[in-house]
Amino acid sequence: MAKFILNGQPVEVDADPAMPILWVVREKLGFNGTKFGCGIAQCGACTVHLDGQPVRSCSTPVSAAEGSEVTTIEGIAGPEGELSALQKAWISEQVPQCGYCQSGQLMSASALLRDNPTPSDADIDAAMSGNVCRCGTYTRIRRAIKVASGQLEPRTEEA
Amino acid sequence: MNDMTPEKKTGALTKWSRRGFIGAGVLAGGGLLIGIGVRPGNPIGELAPKLVGAEGEQLVNSWVKIGVDNVVTAIVPHCEMGQGAHSVLAQMLADELDADWSKVEVMQAPTDGTYVMTDTARMFVAPFTLNAADWIEPTWNGLFTQISKALDVMITGGSSSIRTTGQGQMRVAGAAARKMLVGAAADAWGVPASEIETRDSMLYHKASGKSATYGEFASAAAEQTMDQTPTLKDPSQYRLIGKSKARTDIPSKVNGTAEFGMDAAPEGLSVSYAATIRPPAPGTRVASMDTTQAKEMSGVLQILNMGDFVAVVADSYWQAQQALNTVDVQWTQSESAIKSTADQFNAYAKALDEAGATGGDVAASKGDTQAALSSAVTTLEAEYKAPYLAHAPMEPINCTAHVMDGKCDVWTSTQVPLTVRSALSEATGIAKDDITVHHPYLGGSFGRRLEAVYAVMAARIAQATGYPVKSIWSREEDTQKALYRPAELSRFKAGLDESGSLVAYDNIFTHRDDPKEASVPGIYSIPNTSVRVAEAERYLPFAAWRSVDHSQHGWFIESFIDEAAHAAGQDPYEYRLAMLKDAPRHAAVLKKVAEISDWSAPRAEGTAKGIAIVESFGTIVAQVIEVDMSSGKPKMLNVWAVCDAGFVVNPDGFRNQIEGGIVFGLTAAMYGELDLVDGGIKQSNFHDYKMLRMNETPDITVEIINSGDVPTGGAGEPGLPPAAPALTNAIFAATGKRLRELPIAKQFA
Repeated sequence: MAKFILNGQPVEVDADPAMPILWVVREKLGFNGTKFGCGIAQCGACTVHLDGQPVRSCSTPVSAAEGSEVTTIEGIAGPEGELSALQKAWISEQVPQCGYCQSGQLMSASALLRDNPTPSDADIDAAMSGNVCRCGTYTRIRRAIKVASGQLEPRTEEA
Repeated sequence: MNDMTPEKKTGALTKWSRRGFIGAGVLAGGGLLIGIGVRPGNPIGELAPKLVGAEGEQLVNSWVKIGVDNVVTAIVPHCEMGQGAHSVLAQMLADELDADWSKVEVMQAPTDGTYVMTDTARMFVAPFTLNAADWIEPTWNGLFTQISKALDVMITGGSSSIRTTGQGQMRVAGAAARKMLVGAAADAWGVPASEIETRDSMLYHKASGKSATYGEFASAAAEQTMDQTPTLKDPSQYRLIGKSKARTDIPSKVNGTAEFGMDAAPEGLSVSYAATIRPPAPGTRVASMDTTQAKEMSGVLQILNMGDFVAVVADSYWQAQQALNTVDVQWTQSESAIKSTADQFNAYAKALDEAGATGGDVAASKGDTQAALSSAVTTLEAEYKAPYLAHAPMEPINCTAHVMDGKCDVWTSTQVPLTVRSALSEATGIAKDDITVHHPYLGGSFGRRLEAVYAVMAARIAQATGYPVKSIWSREEDTQKALYRPAELSRFKAGLDESGSLVAYDNIFTHRDDPKEASVPGIYSIPNTSVRVAEAERYLPFAAWRSVDHSQHGWFIESFIDEAAHAAGQDPYEYRLAMLKDAPRHAAVLKKVAEISDWSAPRAEGTAKGIAIVESFGTIVAQVIEVDMSSGKPKMLNVWAVCDAGFVVNPDGFRNQIEGGIVFGLTAAMYGELDLVDGGIKQSNFHDYKMLRMNETPDITVEIINSGDVPTGGAGEPGLPPAAPALTNAIFAATGKRLRELPIAKQFA
């Protein structure tokens, strides 16, 4: 029986200790916002926070989360579902195309901004280059991080 | 039957509307429903009951619902795979309807013959092809030929949704609905319809001070006589079209609630999970398998030899995949003589050698190219190679299938839901009417999900097990066992006159798929042109891959034109511009990109710029790429793109697509390559089939020229073709090294 805190709530789940966190949260706990992309920690679609640190959940066994806090995309909005500054910026900059990688992008970006409230381009490159976006939204992700960190003004609809 | 002969191509939108049929009806519980049929007779009488699940055969391509709650719902037949079609199609409808955009919802049309696009599709799309040059005409022919081949295709592809369904159906349905609402209000208020104004889903009569919501008149509007050819707005009247309205699907994509095929969790179904493996060589089958270890592993329910693949079904996907990894499968041998990348290109070279200087099938011919080559002052030759490529969408291939009691339900990401339904019917023996294809959002596609095989595999597994199964392909399976952008070999000869002008252009290559004009340098004025194709065996199965033939030929042609410019000792921008003297739209796009990229400015130390222009899917795109070679390896600094798609409906959404196309094109140019080794594909996952990442992505500036008043071109694909040649042309400008094969990165390792 694996025990950890998921988005602030304690959970107990019957799973093989070697089973990756990704599949535990998706299949056993029904949190589908975290995505399977590559299975070998190469694309970042499965990024979650483990005790605040971004990890690739496809390659992190649930045993590593024992007694720890796991945060998924479902856990980054406020208690009433109000969007975080990053999520709002993702909307104002119209970042997602297909959207499949964006949970992972947001989890990497939110860890970045927590540790570094006004990241430079180099900081953004360092924090975000583990996340692949096949639709190619990188320039918008960069802009949204800068909007969320107050370094750029949000886009307006008539632009 | 197709009477859209050239001499009848005037006023085709009116003609089409008359030939089609707009029908209206009352929804259960009130409200107005409008559909556009493709054959005579009001389709709505039969359509309305469909909303509560009845069956019927009427052909209706799109609709709008207006509820008594004043919510306007656009029911969109196209899938949403990141291109924004759901939202922008709704935007087009809402504009003509004068709807309140904040109360517009989008619904994915169900997979039903109601939404079929048959060979009559030509009629629907003809209005948008009217202004196309003759040389691009084959695009349309190719598209409709493909559609016609399958009798029940709902297809999202070809960068076509906005300029076909949007322009010809969503706008017409919106305009017709508005007129009916006005008519109903005029009757009720006893005032002339001409005095009623509409705005934000409200009706107003200024003189009497009366006003009402659309919802209040939705049912009465359904009783109004419908105008079969409603007047569409003039661009000066647009309120939503041409504006960068925020996409309706994006909020769900920032909080994890968007549902992709992978996330299907049908209520009341307890699904098991399948991992599958297909043979490494196309066309081979399972010879034998050893499951000794796998069958003892935790969670494993069944191990199935399906003949053409092996499946392990388990309590979780991870357990299924772990067990599958231990199954030792032996495969039958491929009969192809091609085992390696070298074998493939040798087969191509042989076909081109055999065709010789004048053989092969003619794709385009003008003047006397052989004579012009022999009298040219300067001649040059070049051979270009493009590798096989995978689509690699972020969402791995998957399908959830439930086959029970003669019924089949599947949940899957697909660009062709009706094709999936037919394939499922054939594979399972279940009648089409008893098959339901649910298709949520696609986690990327780029042409990958135009096939049905993965849904068929899932349904066969579910049929074999007798319980619902979610089948997930590993990333490795999708990289190695899919359909592919073909590898291609292309040879050029050019002849220049004493002024350096290109007077002879000869090109022969190995495949001509779609669009047919992709290999034709039709935008340029070249007096003697010979374009030929010599078909050769292609080992891996073909897939349409974002921009299809333009993905190779855009690079081939624009690289070779660059070679000609340098051979002539001329600036590659000026050289192209001189050849665009009969193509004013293209010339304007090229001039604009030179302007915004400061083309004529001196280059910074170690940097250079390259330029390219390609028209594809009706949109002209020119790009300039700035590269820094000072480290000895290419570092991309900037991309400037200028696009003319006629008229852009949602500028920000359009720019997002162009940006994505550029990154997709640059990814392929820098890294994209699948090698054949022992008859299988060597690359397997993102570590060796690399993607461009944040730190490598250049700044991208996209500018739009609206040269027309309707969308004539697409958005999803046209950004891609100029990217690779602009980059390799920049690398040439910096280094003098002409890259004639891709990918780039390994040539600077």
